Amino acid sequence: MSRRPFVRPVSTTRWYFRHPRYLRYMSREITCIFIGALAVLMLVALDRLSRGPAAWQAFIDALQTAYAAPFLLLILLFAVHNASSWFNVTPKAMPVQIGERFLPGSVMIAAHYVLWALVSLAVLWFAGVH
Amino acid sequence: MAKSDKPIVWSLFAAGGTLAALLAPVLALLLLLAALGRPPALFAYATMHAFASHWLAGLALFVVIALFLWHAAHRLRITLHDLGLRRDREVSVLLYLAAAGGSLYAIFVLLRFWSH
Repeated sequence: MSRRPFVRPVSTTRWYFRHPRYLRYMSREITCIFIGALAVLMLVALDRLSRGPAAWQAFIDALQTAYAAPFLLLILLFAVHNASSWFNVTPKAMPVQIGERFLPGSVMIAAHYVLWALVSLAVLWFAGVH
Repeated sequence: MAKSDKPIVWSLFAAGGTLAALLAPVLALLLLLAALGRPPALFAYATMHAFASHWLAGLALFVVIALFLWHAAHRLRITLHDLGLRRDREVSVLLYLAAAGGSLYAIFVLLRFWSH
């Protein structure tokens, strides 16, 4: 006789709706699609830039069509979510030990947020946004 | 001792994640401003072309694009597994090849700025 183990039915595609913690996990993981999309967009931009002024202008014009702004806003929101969730786990991912003690997690997280702000401001300044 | 590619795969993923955390929001914001009809001064053709032609900027652009792609590929591999797609070998080969292909194409494009 074969044994008949109890198999708990769990949907392989919708399991993360079962608990808010799972949903937060999935929301972090799914940011990768938008990071990848941003990389592809940057690659396309560089390709157009390398093909001369007309191609570059066509790229800028394409950015101003109806769907581009909402899509970029979505990328921005998921990029911010990736950043905050990434920084919030740094004390667990790479704890810093000083002597016998560990650097407090809150200090590490705060330092990353400060660095994030400085890097962002530097890029905005360099790009001439005002 | 069994050899594993895990440290390399993971360290590239972590480097990409950190770089994406620091840079992706502001880069997306620059593109969003352009989409809203307020492109930053850098996006003028001559300025942007001069920027991309500098070797240091080219290197930085390559590192950003390649690490973003690798980060996305690795995380998507794990996520697809979590979503019940259990063909990890095929998925990982496909995604890592795509990331590597994109990175090679970035080199190809960036070298164009030097050839003319």
